[in-house]
Order: sequence, then C-alpha cells, then structure tokens
Amino acid sequence: MAETRRVTAGPATYVLRAFVIAYLVLLVAWPVVLVGTNTFENGTTAITEVFSDPDMVHALRLSAVAAVVATAVNTVFGVTISMLLVRKQFPGKRVLSALIDLPLSVSPIVVGLALMLVYGGRNGWLGPTIEGWGLQVVFATPGIVLATAFVSLPLVIREVVPVLHELGTEQEQAAQSLGASGWQTFWRITLPSIKWAVIYGVVLTLARSLGEFGAVKVVSGNVLGETRTATLAVEEKYLNFDQEGAYAVAFLLASVSVLAILVVFVLRARGTRHRAFERQS
Amino acid sequence: MTVALEGRPARSRPSLVNHDLTTASGIGLGVSMLWFSLLVLIPLTAVMVTASSGGWGEFWRSITNEQTAAAIRLTVTAAAAVTLANIVTGTAIAWVLVRDRFPGKGLLELVIDIPFALPTIVAGLVLVSLYGNDSPLGLHLANTEWSIYLAFLFVTLPFVVRMVQPVLEELDLEVEEAAASLGASRATIFRRVVLPSLAPAIAAGAALSFARAVGEYGSLVLLSGNLPFESEVTSVRILSAIENDNRAAATSIAAVLLVISLLVIVALDVLQRRVARRG
Amino acid sequence: MSIDVSGVNKRYGDFVALQDINLTLPTGQLTALLGPSGGGKTTLLRIIAGLETADSGSVVIEGVEATRLPVQKRNVGFVFQHYAAFKHLSVARNVAFGLEIRKKPKAEIRAKVDELLQLVHLDAFADRLPSQLSGGQRQRMALARALAIEPSVLLLDEPFGALDAKVRKELRDWLRRLHDEVHVTTVFVTHDQEEALEVADEIVVVNEGRVEQVGSPDQLYDEPANDFVMGFLGEVTTLGGVRLRPHDVEVATVPGSGSLPGTVTRALRVGFEVRVTVDVAGQDALATVVMTRTHARALRLEPGAAVWLTPADGATAVAGSRPARPAEEAVAG
Repeated sequence: MAETRRVTAGPATYVLRAFVIAYLVLLVAWPVVLVGTNTFENGTTAITEVFSDPDMVHALRLSAVAAVVATAVNTVFGVTISMLLVRKQFPGKRVLSALIDLPLSVSPIVVGLALMLVYGGRNGWLGPTIEGWGLQVVFATPGIVLATAFVSLPLVIREVVPVLHELGTEQEQAAQSLGASGWQTFWRITLPSIKWAVIYGVVLTLARSLGEFGAVKVVSGNVLGETRTATLAVEEKYLNFDQEGAYAVAFLLASVSVLAILVVFVLRARGTRHRAFERQS
Repeated sequence: MTVALEGRPARSRPSLVNHDLTTASGIGLGVSMLWFSLLVLIPLTAVMVTASSGGWGEFWRSITNEQTAAAIRLTVTAAAAVTLANIVTGTAIAWVLVRDRFPGKGLLELVIDIPFALPTIVAGLVLVSLYGNDSPLGLHLANTEWSIYLAFLFVTLPFVVRMVQPVLEELDLEVEEAAASLGASRATIFRRVVLPSLAPAIAAGAALSFARAVGEYGSLVLLSGNLPFESEVTSVRILSAIENDNRAAATSIAAVLLVISLLVIVALDVLQRRVARRG
Repeated sequence: MSIDVSGVNKRYGDFVALQDINLTLPTGQLTALLGPSGGGKTTLLRIIAGLETADSGSVVIEGVEATRLPVQKRNVGFVFQHYAAFKHLSVARNVAFGLEIRKKPKAEIRAKVDELLQLVHLDAFADRLPSQLSGGQRQRMALARALAIEPSVLLLDEPFGALDAKVRKELRDWLRRLHDEVHVTTVFVTHDQEEALEVADEIVVVNEGRVEQVGSPDQLYDEPANDFVMGFLGEVTTLGGVRLRPHDVEVATVPGSGSLPGTVTRALRVGFEVRVTVDVAGQDALATVVMTRTHARALRLEPGAAVWLTPADGATAVAGSRPARPAEEAVAG
C-alpha cells in the first residue's frame, strides 16, 4: 500500500531529498569512488604489482581462507541457533538471544584482547594446554579464524530469525503429518523456505569476515608472508608510503564488499517482488 | 481433572516441562553453546576477570590515567554526538528511501550498506582520499579531532537507517490520512503519529550506532593520526597497552568498553521486543 | 470403531482447553466438531492427529493405541486452515510429498499423484506453484496431499475458514461428494453450524472444553440437549420462561387457551420473511417471531397491535437459562 500511494510532494520533500543525496555522496559515494580512481591513476600497474608480490598473494589467500572458514562455521552455527531460538523452548533462551548480538557491539580490539587472554600460547587460560596438543592459536591462522568468526557471528542469525518467525510452523507440521521425520522436515521444508535469508546472511558474513582488521591485528602477530592478512597489508603499505599499493589492495577488498552488497541487493529485490506477488494471489 | 494435573504448578507456557528439545536438538544446542562459549563468552569473561584481578584501585588508576581518560572522554563525546546526528540523518534517509521516489533511488540503497560491508581499514583509506591532505575539496580533516567524528559518521551510517526503514515501510498510511482528515498538519502528523511509532526503532539503531562508534578502531588508523589528547580513541589506548604488554591497563580499559557494549545489548533487547510488538 | 478418544484432558497453564473428553467415531463417517472459537475443538483434533499431546487420557485410531505415537507414525491426513502449502514445491510435488517420504517407487508416485489431482480437479495445475493457485484450489491441493498417504482418518481443521462465502459453499458440497466417493473416516472442525448441519453425518458439539452433545444433524436441531446447543444451532427467543425458535411461535389477534398477550413493537421485513418484535406482558425480554410476509400481512401486524402468542405444536424448546436439561422433559406445545 505504502508503495502505491504517497503523500504529495511539497517543497520539504525536495529539500530532504537534496540533503540526503548530498550527505551520502560526500560521506560515502565520492570517497569510495576516489579509491577506484586513485588505484587506476597509473593504469593497471598497481593491481598487477599486487598479484606479482608473493607476500601479497599470501595475504589475500590468508584473508580468503579465514573468511571462508569463519563463514562456514557461522552459517552452520547460525542456522542451528536460529532454529533453536525460534522453534524450541529451553531455559536461558532469552539471555542467549540477547547475548548473540554482543559481537556486534564489542570493539574489535577488545575481541582480539579477549581471545589473547584465553588462547595466548604463553599465559592464556586455555592457550598453553592447546599448544601442548600441538596447535598454536594466537599468532597463527586459527587465531585469525577465531577473531574473524567472532565479529561476524550474529549476521546469519539476524537474517534467519525473522524469516523463521514469519514462516510459522504449519508447513512443518503438515510435513510431519505426512510422515516426515524432524531431519527430513528440516531439509525438505524448512531449509528451502529460509534459503534466501541464509544466502543473505552468508554473503554479509563473508564480506564482514574478509574485512576484519582490529581483532585480527591483535591476534595475528602481523608477520609478513605468514600471518599478515590483506587488511593488515593495506595499513602496512600505507604507513610505509606505498600509497599506490595500499590503494590497490583496498580496491580489491572494496570490490568484494560492493559486490557482496550488490548480490544481497539483487536477491532482496527479487524476494520482495516474489512476496508481493504471493500477497496478491 | 486428574490428581497429576492439580499437582502441576500453573505456567504461562503451553509446555509441561521447561523445554521441548528432542535428542537431536539437544545435541545441537549443546554443541552450539560450547562453540559460543569458547568463542565469545569465555574470552569476554577473561577480560572482566583479568581487569578485576588487580583490585579496584588498580582498575581505577588504569582508566584515570591522564592520556586514557582523555581518550575515553573524546570517544564517548564523539560517539554520543555522532549518534545524535544519526538519529536525525538516519531517520531522514529512511524517510526518503521509503516515501520519496526519484530516479537513482536504488543506488542510494546500495550506498547505505557500503560502510557496513567495507573493511574498516579501507573505510579509513577511503575517507583519507577525500578529507586527507590531498583533499580535492580542500578539507584537511585528517589528524585532527574532526577526523574521529567523520570516521564515526561513516561506519555508523547504516544502523539507524536499517532499523527505521522496515518499520516505516510497514506503517499504515491510513492512520496518517485519518490524522490529516482530522485537521492535523504534516508536521503535526509526523510528530504525533509517525514519530512515536518509529521511536523504538530509532532508539535501537542509535544504541547500535553508539556501541559501534565507541569501539571503533580500523577506520581511524590511517585517518586520525592517533595524537594523544587530540585524536586518540579508547581502542587505540587498549592496543598500545597490549603492545606494551600492560595487561592490567589493557583489560581495565577494555572492561569499560565491554560494560558499554553490555548496556547497549540490554537496551537493544528491550527495544527490539518493542519494535516486534508494534510490527 | 475408527477413532476412540477416552478421558482426554488438556490445559495450557491455568486455561482448561479440554476436560474429560470421551468420544467414539465410527469408521467411514463424516463427523463435524462444532463449537465456538476457543472451545477446544481444534485442540481435540490436533490431539487426535498427534500434533498436540494430551495431559491424560488415550487416543485409539483404527484399533491401534496411538496415545504415545508421534504424528509421523499415526498415518492421519491433516488439512490445515491456512492450507500449509509447501510454497517452494509444485502442486504435484506437494501431493507426492508423503509418498516420497515413504520411499515409494517413482512410477507408483506419479500414477497416484495423477489420480488424486484428477479427483480434486487440479490435473491442469500439476506444475504450478501454490502461490499461483486460488485459495480454494490450494485447499483442494492440501486435501489431495493428505489423501495421498491413504490415511486411516482424515482430519480437517476449519478447512473452509479462510475462503470467501461462495467458494466455501462450493467446497462444502464437494467435500460431501468426495467423502461419498472415498469413504475415509473424516473429522472436520468448524464454527459454522450451517456448514456442520449441511455436510456432516454426525455432529459433536464442543464448548468450553467439554462435549455438549453428540448426534445427527436432525437430532441436534430437533432435540438439543441443552440451552447452549439449542442456541448455537439456530436463533432462539424466549416466551413465558421457555426458549424456542422464533419460527415456532404462533401469533393470533385474539386470545386463545394458554396464549400470552403482548404488543407489537416493531415489524421488520427481511426478504420473504418478517421479523416481529413483541413486548410480552410480564416478561422482561422482548420476544421475536419470524413468519412469512403473507402471514404477517393477513394479521396486520403493525407496531402497537395487540397479539397473543403460543408455542407451535411440536416446537423444539428448552426451559429458559437452565442448561444441561434433556430435550424430552422440555416444555413443548
């Protein structure tokens, strides 16, 4: 309804529109575009240089691996927790549902510090024990994965929970009355119904994971060619007056983020159309 | 009615026991909770425990250190100011996105989400390119106190907008038309009819944006210059404490941020329940 | 006996949803659970299906003790009020679902689905998605889906509740004919007494968690067990301490033996009938009488006219506001 009818446009509408556009252009659009133009000031040399530097390739790969692993874990965890929060009753549910959002509001530096205190190899709570098993967490890839998983933890849940609520339980009950077990009901009915929400969640998690900086900076040790991720490389290059290199890596990261938003945007637009159609019929 | 029924205490939930978990979902909950504890709860507890291990005096000394106190003051002031700004601009942006229609509006939707998905270090670099020393606008904000405000505005842009937008979309236009038919002006309608419905969503967005700003680090690295007493924020103080191997100071300052995060989470939980009830 | 419910109790917190329900439904019959919203009829249906568990009591389906059986094992067909269509599956895949779960051979599934889609007149829509169907079509799909598993009983929860009046009526007739064809024991929940009277072989009136009466539509209408059943099945008016149907009141313009005097306060014509409101002497509540237009005109019933009222011969009546009194003892004629 709100889409088809609208309050008539007065002068206030135009002023507001102009303000919003100007604000967004100055704060976001223009600066982001500048990264692109700065990167390609000298053609594609900046980008090709990044790819010909084995340390940079390593950094990009490390970022990608950490992001993919963190996203995979957070997706399984996120869907499980969402199902439990929406479909089940258990003690402490409300507290859990509030705590799940905590990673969104914790400073990345605090995240890094917290992980250090527990998983630090020297005097962490669990670190020395785990190192005794031959697994180094902090200043190694597992630490980077943990930090990345921490900061992007709630994103899948925040997408899936409202959709599960809206979906209701009738279809699941119908499947069960037709003989489907809990597991069959989940795979055949629930998961296909929340598919798009899970995909948005995954894309957002991936984008957020790839870009984590502060938490990773604390736990990774930031060793070139070993534990330096792409985002850490941007800082290093910039501070070492390799502006072109910094812009090139930043451009690559920004491209992935913008692509991720684009994917979500297209999927959402599709979803909205689909829902509007269903409401009509 | 049977004896067993009479003996059962009254309960507001339809379940007979306080959970309805099957074996499979019980295992799912157990594994999930283990992961959540190892990843989030235990590490954050470690921060609080370590912060308190030195006693109150130690804690107080750490956070009232002149340079640290200045950083905390700057961070909280800037975060509060930016949150206030977001309440206005975020609501305005949501309003334009929902109620206005013009070519290229879809592009604005994309722009709103960029700060959320963009790596923070890249966000810093992005802002340097327009407001740094090579600023095409001639605005040299880098390495000043203003750079903090700028970075906070950038990274917190989506929160209020994305909380308010869906509520505004669901708002029944008929209520506003009814108010208009009763003689209310557009300003009155906004203030008396629309705003009260949006208030919980705005507040939830504001809470998230405050929390995000208070803990911000990445976007400031290249932009603020981290000048003590001028452009150094709390996160940077924690990081220097970590780098100097001063655990007591690092955890004490981190504990302050963590308490703020927890307060925000509580506020958010209450507010989101209210948003859901209205929806 | 196809469904045997005995001693079933169910409560939600302090709210008693069902209280000591005992019910036996014979094989092959079409039964309606009739009652007002919140009376417990849907809860009873869901307990029979296994979607809800009773606090105490037992459910036996086709001689099988089902009280502890999960819904998956009860082999009941359940049709939901809002269809519960699997939105991401085509109509044919929706109908095939239960058979796929039972790992039937592909050819057998296809044959069965084709047969059922023809039965519910949806053969032309096999490849559509539920969102491309009308409400009535979706409900027929849901019915075919439930029938596909050859259930021992078919349970329908307000099956026509979400449909508009015209489609409701069509589907109601169609359900009756379908039942005559397939003969599966069927129980449906409704709050619409007309629907129950028209479709069901037997009606179970459920109110406030109790069974008020069980009987054929005629029995219920003619011999209501109590005031509640009487009131729920049709309009009721009060005359001289007796509750009876407004069309069972005879009006005369002269006094007769045992007739009660009154004054017409209002005569309202609705289509072919006239509803006359009478202020009866010595009675607080106004009495309502329904008669044909011709009859009313012949009696010249205008506001202010003096009339004498008597219950008609053989009228169904129960004593005023004294529930649970058998119909036989009620004042009649």
